[in-house]
Amino acid sequence: MENNQTNTGNPSVDIVYRRKRNAEEMRHQVITFALMIFFTIVAFVAVGSGMSGWFTVPFILLLAAIQVVFQLYYFMHMSHKGHEAPALFLYSGLLVGLITILTFLTIVWW
Amino acid sequence: MSTNAQKKGFGATVWDYLTTVDHKKIAILYMIAGGFFFLVGGLEAMFIRIQLAVPNNDFVSAGLYNEILTMHGTTMIFLAAMPLLFGFMNAVMPLQIGARDVAFPFVNALGFWLFFFGGIFLNLSWFLGGAPDAGWTSYASLSLASEGHGIDFYLLGLQISGAGTLMGGINFLVTIINMRAPGMTYMRMPLFTWTTFVASALILFAFPALTVGIFLLMFDRLFGSNFFVTAAGGNTVIWEHLFWIFGHPEVYILILPAFGIFSEIIPVFSRKRLFGYSSMVFATVLIGFLGFMVWAHHMFTVGLGPIANAIFAVATMAIAVPTGIKIFNWLFTMWGGSIKFTTPMHYAVAFIPSFLLGGVTGVMLATAAADYQYHDTYFVVAHFHYVIVGGVVFAVLAGTQFYWPKMFGTMLNEVLGKITFWLFFIGFHLTFFIQHFLGLWGMPRRVFTFLEGQGFETANLVSTIGAFFMAASVIILLINVIITSVKNEKVGNDPWGDGRTLEWSIPSPPPFYNFKQLPLVRGLDPLWIEKMEGKKGMTPAEPLGDIHMPNNSFIPFVISFGLFVAAFGAMYRLDYAWGLPVLILGMAITFGSMFFRSVKDDHGFHIHKEELTDDNDKGVKA
Repeated sequence: MENNQTNTGNPSVDIVYRRKRNAEEMRHQVITFALMIFFTIVAFVAVGSGMSGWFTVPFILLLAAIQVVFQLYYFMHMSHKGHEAPALFLYSGLLVGLITILTFLTIVWW
Repeated sequence: MSTNAQKKGFGATVWDYLTTVDHKKIAILYMIAGGFFFLVGGLEAMFIRIQLAVPNNDFVSAGLYNEILTMHGTTMIFLAAMPLLFGFMNAVMPLQIGARDVAFPFVNALGFWLFFFGGIFLNLSWFLGGAPDAGWTSYASLSLASEGHGIDFYLLGLQISGAGTLMGGINFLVTIINMRAPGMTYMRMPLFTWTTFVASALILFAFPALTVGIFLLMFDRLFGSNFFVTAAGGNTVIWEHLFWIFGHPEVYILILPAFGIFSEIIPVFSRKRLFGYSSMVFATVLIGFLGFMVWAHHMFTVGLGPIANAIFAVATMAIAVPTGIKIFNWLFTMWGGSIKFTTPMHYAVAFIPSFLLGGVTGVMLATAAADYQYHDTYFVVAHFHYVIVGGVVFAVLAGTQFYWPKMFGTMLNEVLGKITFWLFFIGFHLTFFIQHFLGLWGMPRRVFTFLEGQGFETANLVSTIGAFFMAASVIILLINVIITSVKNEKVGNDPWGDGRTLEWSIPSPPPFYNFKQLPLVRGLDPLWIEKMEGKKGMTPAEPLGDIHMPNNSFIPFVISFGLFVAAFGAMYRLDYAWGLPVLILGMAITFGSMFFRSVKDDHGFHIHKEELTDDNDKGVKA
């Protein structure tokens, strides 16, 4: 069923372009969703295969970081316009948090 | 609801303030509560100085001295300086960006009442078995050993008021990001709005560290955990880290809005635009970022090792650069301006050298090797009083005089204002300048007395005399407030005559909807631009229309009151049988009122176009 309705009164909205972009976004979401499932399986395999913890722990953390990026950019639309302020605050918060963790790792516990 | 002012009875006024969600009334509540705690903290400061006026004094006992000293610091930082600045932010920032209120008026009221009940809870400790006595930093090994409930009052009180502050900070962030008037781009925002923005971001990132630290310490004290108990495998240094990860940004949360207030006052009374506006914005943001990377300079003598100390020393000194940018920009703003020496301008001019002295001793303290010598002496006390009193308190006093007409519609007396200024200025330097030398001569801080013949007598007496000057100055300020309120001579939109920003384009005090029509902002200092083109006010950006306003609500008060009750229950849980039921009752009040708020639809109300055209002013066609 085709949906040719828009929720704006603007007559110059390009429905063809919109549909194309939505389809493209949908494709990205399906691809990233498949990748995320795949990464999760890989993580379980890495633990199950009995490899050294020195490999599996950083490996799983890396996979987790990639999944967070996928989540933010493909599912929460952070790449779209109008998300500059949240992005700024996310990254500054991340910076502050990581510096704190780095300091704790280097001068408190070791 | 009509826009016509009506005479209301006393009870109706009180009820209005208990339920208000209007940012201007919440600002007044913040000023009243913050002012009250400022007087309490000031009284504690006077007790400290009286005790130290002569050697071997027994005005207060050692234990009571510890309590007074702890409460002086805690009250002044959390319950006086921050709320007073929040008062100015609430009163001025929405007007400066051309908004009708903050983004979440209900949350704004909730933030105030949480702060208020937290502060009351903390101060009730005086009457309920003794106040906290481990310093405002409440280092874990000392505070865990503290007997009685003093520290519990500190933990629970700050937890409640800290939640309020965090809400306020988030609210200001959302307001500034989303509610700027048409044309008010980020780089056209007045400096006070910018500093509010950065200070709120600091609150957002710093307060969670305090919340976590306080939670861990609360569990150690009340619920038998061992986070900071070294004997049980805990680590007491982690409290110091958590506290200062919060505590250092906290001092920037205080000083940045102070910078903002002076950045508003100086251009108005120099009748020039702020010199180097974009570098001022850059410096503000940079100070905010660097503020998170320097906390360990409070811990140089803990034994973090030379590498950590060196890194944090260099990072600390780097902050002198953006601060220096600001100092020069203020000087260059005044340079060649046609300066009017009003009372706020007196404070602004005095602030620059006073704060600079505090900044210079800050760089001295940041030198890690030298810090071993200064640590825990009066040199540190002198340093932070120079930045906090010379910076924040000067700004609060200047802002009171400057924004009083905008908040209350009357002008504070200029002659009394200048007397207040001179007494405070002289008293401040008399009290604290000599303390640098006391510190270098070896007088330790936080000790309740000193002996004869150590060479501290004269300097301490001088310091105490200075404190009485400051007390006299505050009393004259109060007299000024009373005289002005009784006379009640109303002033117009722009009582200083040279207002540059949007708040001076609307009546004093503003109507409860602030702007009849949102203004069109055409550049930095929008009102000044219109004035220079010979216009009387702002050009509206929209036609006159209905204005949507939020309804008053009593729920914020009840939510906060529930936590206040629950805090007593949590504290007395092990001592009395009624502890646990009271804890549950308090939480039930809080969650019950939150539930009530969630299920009850409250869509607010509209002020109709016809009501807005009541008076002679028909509004302007956009």
